[in-house]
Amino acid sequence: MANGSYYNSFYLIFIPLLPLLGAMINGFFGAVIQTKLDKFYIHFVAIATVVTSFVLSLAGFIKLAADDSVLAIYTNAWTFLSIGSLKVDVAFILDPLSAVMCLVITFVGSLIHIYSTGYMKDDEGYWRFFAYLNLFMFSMLVLVLADNFLVMFIGWEGVGLCSYLLIGFWYKDVNNAKAGVKAFIVNRIGDVGFVIGIFILFWTLASISSGSGAVYTPGSAIHAPNSYASLVFADIEKTLQDVSIRQVFVAKTLFNIPAVTLICIALFIGAMGKSAQIPLYVWLPDAMAGPTPVSALIHAATMVTAGVYMVARLHFLFALSPFAMTWVALFGAVTALFAATIGFFQYDIKKVLAYSTISQLGFMFIGVGVGAYSAGIFHLVTHAFFKACLFLCAGSVIIGCHHEQDMRKMGGLSLYMPKTNLAYLIACIAISGFPFFSGFFSKDDILYRAFINQNMVYPGMGILIWGIGMAAALCTAYYIFRSYFMTFTGVFRGDPANLPKESPKSITHVLLLLAFFSAIVGFSDMPEIFYMPNLFHHFLEPVFESSRGLLHFSRGSHALEWLLTGLSVMLAFLGAYAAFYLYKDAESRLPTRLLSFESKPVRWVYRLIYNKYYIDELYHITMVKLVMAIRLIFNWIDQHIIDALVNFAGFAGKLVGTVAGTADSKGVDGMVNATANTVFTAGANLIKIQTGRLRHYLGVALAGGVILVIVNYIFFN
Amino acid sequence: MNYQTTSFLLSWIVFIPVIGVVAIMCGIALCYPFKLDKKRFDNITRTICLISTSAVFILSLILWKFFDPQSLSIQFIHRFVWIKSFNIEYFLGLDGINISMVILTAFITLIAAIASVPWWGEHNENHFTSKMTPGYMVLLLFLETGMMGTFCSLDFFQFYIFWEIMLLPMFFLIGIWGGPRKEYAAIKFFLYTLVGSLLILLAMIAIYYTSTPVTLADGTLADHTFNIVFLSQMAKQGTFIHASPIFAIAFTKLVWICLFVGFAIKIPIFPFHTWLPDAHVEAPTPVSVILAGILLKTGAYGILRFNFGLFPEATSFFASGMAIFGMINIVYASYVCMAQTDLKKLIAYSSVSHMGFVLLGFAALTPQGISGAMFQMVSHGLISPMLFLIAGVIYDRAHTRDIYAFGGLASKLPEYTGLMGLAFMASMGLPGLAGFVGEILVLLGAFPVFRVFTIISATAMIITAAYYLWTIQRMFLGEFNIKWDGLKDLNARERIVLYPLGFVTILFGVYPMPVFNLVNKALHTLISTISPFAG
Repeated sequence: MANGSYYNSFYLIFIPLLPLLGAMINGFFGAVIQTKLDKFYIHFVAIATVVTSFVLSLAGFIKLAADDSVLAIYTNAWTFLSIGSLKVDVAFILDPLSAVMCLVITFVGSLIHIYSTGYMKDDEGYWRFFAYLNLFMFSMLVLVLADNFLVMFIGWEGVGLCSYLLIGFWYKDVNNAKAGVKAFIVNRIGDVGFVIGIFILFWTLASISSGSGAVYTPGSAIHAPNSYASLVFADIEKTLQDVSIRQVFVAKTLFNIPAVTLICIALFIGAMGKSAQIPLYVWLPDAMAGPTPVSALIHAATMVTAGVYMVARLHFLFALSPFAMTWVALFGAVTALFAATIGFFQYDIKKVLAYSTISQLGFMFIGVGVGAYSAGIFHLVTHAFFKACLFLCAGSVIIGCHHEQDMRKMGGLSLYMPKTNLAYLIACIAISGFPFFSGFFSKDDILYRAFINQNMVYPGMGILIWGIGMAAALCTAYYIFRSYFMTFTGVFRGDPANLPKESPKSITHVLLLLAFFSAIVGFSDMPEIFYMPNLFHHFLEPVFESSRGLLHFSRGSHALEWLLTGLSVMLAFLGAYAAFYLYKDAESRLPTRLLSFESKPVRWVYRLIYNKYYIDELYHITMVKLVMAIRLIFNWIDQHIIDALVNFAGFAGKLVGTVAGTADSKGVDGMVNATANTVFTAGANLIKIQTGRLRHYLGVALAGGVILVIVNYIFFN
Repeated sequence: MNYQTTSFLLSWIVFIPVIGVVAIMCGIALCYPFKLDKKRFDNITRTICLISTSAVFILSLILWKFFDPQSLSIQFIHRFVWIKSFNIEYFLGLDGINISMVILTAFITLIAAIASVPWWGEHNENHFTSKMTPGYMVLLLFLETGMMGTFCSLDFFQFYIFWEIMLLPMFFLIGIWGGPRKEYAAIKFFLYTLVGSLLILLAMIAIYYTSTPVTLADGTLADHTFNIVFLSQMAKQGTFIHASPIFAIAFTKLVWICLFVGFAIKIPIFPFHTWLPDAHVEAPTPVSVILAGILLKTGAYGILRFNFGLFPEATSFFASGMAIFGMINIVYASYVCMAQTDLKKLIAYSSVSHMGFVLLGFAALTPQGISGAMFQMVSHGLISPMLFLIAGVIYDRAHTRDIYAFGGLASKLPEYTGLMGLAFMASMGLPGLAGFVGEILVLLGAFPVFRVFTIISATAMIITAAYYLWTIQRMFLGEFNIKWDGLKDLNARERIVLYPLGFVTILFGVYPMPVFNLVNKALHTLISTISPFAG
């Protein structure tokens, strides 16, 4: 960490806490408020809390920007866990990175809350919607403000929960519910990776401090007072600043693989789940089942970028593992291209945007993967604006077209919805990277840095990634303008009796505001070639200070930068032109003709892309089937082997009991009874001699006496 | 060290339920001459039960207040010689190992007592809450005495007596007030646990005859002792390690296994777990609550107190084995959960899965592992009662627990759905709720020791999420099944039991330190006596 100090401010805790308060009010009393009072109070609470959070974030941001001596604003609420060497507080830290994230989240969040008042106007679950949305804001803010892994994980899974709740918001359709479940479970797969990353990290740090190599003696952690084991970001960063510790850390291995690589890969699996990267992206397209403001806020602007944020936050770890960095960048690049191609043939306007989001997230991962952290985060910011704008426009279009999402039934909407048209067009220009719009600055910065970076383990990898990124940029311009031309130009193809109409002001004003920001926000980080200050990069610099020495970029020249920029602008225009040529009006038969190509390979490629490369089906026949089979096998074992053994033991016990019982009644008891019988019979017989006559008794006694004498004589003489 | 009586508080806590029992018995005796109305007398017995359990709960809170977690000595001691000829003492006391369980027991029994009160407003003669009420309450109170005594006893013989006292009321509670297959379930439960008890009895006798002379509470010298405090001191001096082998097997290892299997049946640990689903499915709701909330913990507590406390060397030897069984519990049971269609059976198997974390945490012998395991016992003791109460709510109304029989209930029962969501999320270990803290600490503590087992166990997080969410989807989401149009949302009694549990679940999820403050020091000292034997 650079010089400077933490500024303690208790107010920081209100940034996440206020939305939580809103969520609680609406969650517990919303139903009553909605029926007894008015919907106004519901969205008033929801919006007021989020806007206040925004104001607080802005105040924090200004403090950080204005006062160079303040490194970060910090507050420690209470001790979360303190066990042995593990000490974790519920503590929040607002450093430049989290300040940028907070601003984006609360600003875009506020706008989307306002938009939702129009969009969800007639929904009976109005209170529920705003309660969930506020809960999401809380979780997301906890995620970015957390100063340690565990609190971050609270936010990390919290946003997943809210995503689940909001995707399945219209739960009466079971398909929406299923989409929510899918999102949660795929995210959980990533989360398991994330926690395993935490485990390995904690183990590695603890084993450094016990100083006994890879052997960890149980219980040693309590005896190690100055342990390095920690889950607090700043502590770990500080520990790894020490060169000698860093060397030991990097040299640690686990399963014969460098531990730091395993940590980074495991954490990246978490990022893959949350940020919908290959191979865990499958949940995001299905997540479009949720209301459109949710798609804009959660599945475009904020939650899905959590993975990117996490990698940037842990730059000091990723920078230590070139291998992990290479794969982060490569996964990002491949995802960017792969998802962009799926966007070619989608007809659902929200699905196009969903794949576009996956693709753009890929760009961000290229940025953070090659070590250009501030470039990746900058793209995150610009993307938040233009993608939120696109999604909200799509929502406006869907409402305008009476809940129609198929672009084949739209067309010519610029006539009916001029403001939406304008906003969508600006956002399209921004995402395609037309000069001087925000996407242009952020994307080119990423691609340029990918080109010149030297942090990859394989030679030429940077240029390969740059090449894939350029191809993806071309595809982006094509599919996004395809969606624009299909929706807004040509003639309306829907029901002529039910013409679309422009949305209310609460919606259009938000759209235009977001479009405005999509256009201008790029100027905050202009590349050097324009001889302008890159404020954004400068602002974030202290955060990434500690890993700067570990990262290497070749000295690019302005000529090179100009060349690459020119190339990418050309590609953007090319893609847009292709879309224009093919889809500019409904009359153009070319796309249909192309699709009706009979040639086998073409059909094959088309079908492959149209069906999203059959990845969902592949998962279904492998993973899902496997789990479903295992559960039945285990259940069978449980019932037919383990429980059967228990029952058999019971049966055997019973059997032994029966045998013993029989033996008892027939054998042992038989003997007893026989004895009794003998005695009884004997008694009965003996009765006869009890005659009551003295003569008989005397006779018997005499006979007895005689017998005794005789017996005595025989045996004892 | 001086272990003389310092307080009668624990004896009160243990025997207040017996006072309640006596009161109810007197009532029954008075019932006949005075011809009391049955319904009125039922209400009186319920009141007596509620008063007794509340009193115990309040006293347990007093314990919490005055307990000093920093002191390693036994507190709230009540000790005297009970049966002189066998050197058996009456010895109640608290330390960091049992304090959390005592408070939990008081709390959950109170919840169960409230849940045993019939549905206010609607009276159903066939419902278990109205069937032979005085008998039910007597058994419930006896059960509390048994559980409290089990946790508080520091004399092995006394522990064993209470351990057996627990068994009988449970048997009758399942066997009389249970569901359709109650006899089968009750007998299975009884016999299974009896086998475990037998092993513990044998181990106890073996330990007794190996022990060395001590001074009893009344100052006389005894050749042998059941006193656990003295026994663990002997363990530290190596008395048991040097004991002569039995059947050519080292004394400590054989006795350790006997004790472990005895306790493992109660936890329950694979493959001794099959009594649990049957017992839970047939048991009435409050009995399930106690069974899952507390009875399962007595097994885990026993392992800590006896296996860990008396046989550190054997514990260290068997640690990997424990970890393997813990892992099997976690993963295997979570898959079995997925295959269940009966809601209560699903929850029962999820208990098996979650108790696996306790065992894994024990086996790790790291501070995070053992504290996490103890916390897992507490959090599971809060969450699983909530789950069973929730299952009870729907069973009371619909008279079925078949997950597939429902659908779209969320629109009909919003409050119920919300609480159910909270309980399911807590049980699947969502961060910010109590279930997460235990699980993450267990895994964090176990990873340094058992890397592969921990990673395999962690994957069960996915399966757990899958079966809970799938259950929510099948029962609460999708199209509403019109058959259930008459269902009502929660009533007052159900709210009274569910909201406090939900609140504590959230509270401990964000602020778990109160629990750790109580237990950390004692547990870490316990494992530090074991760690010298490792490696």
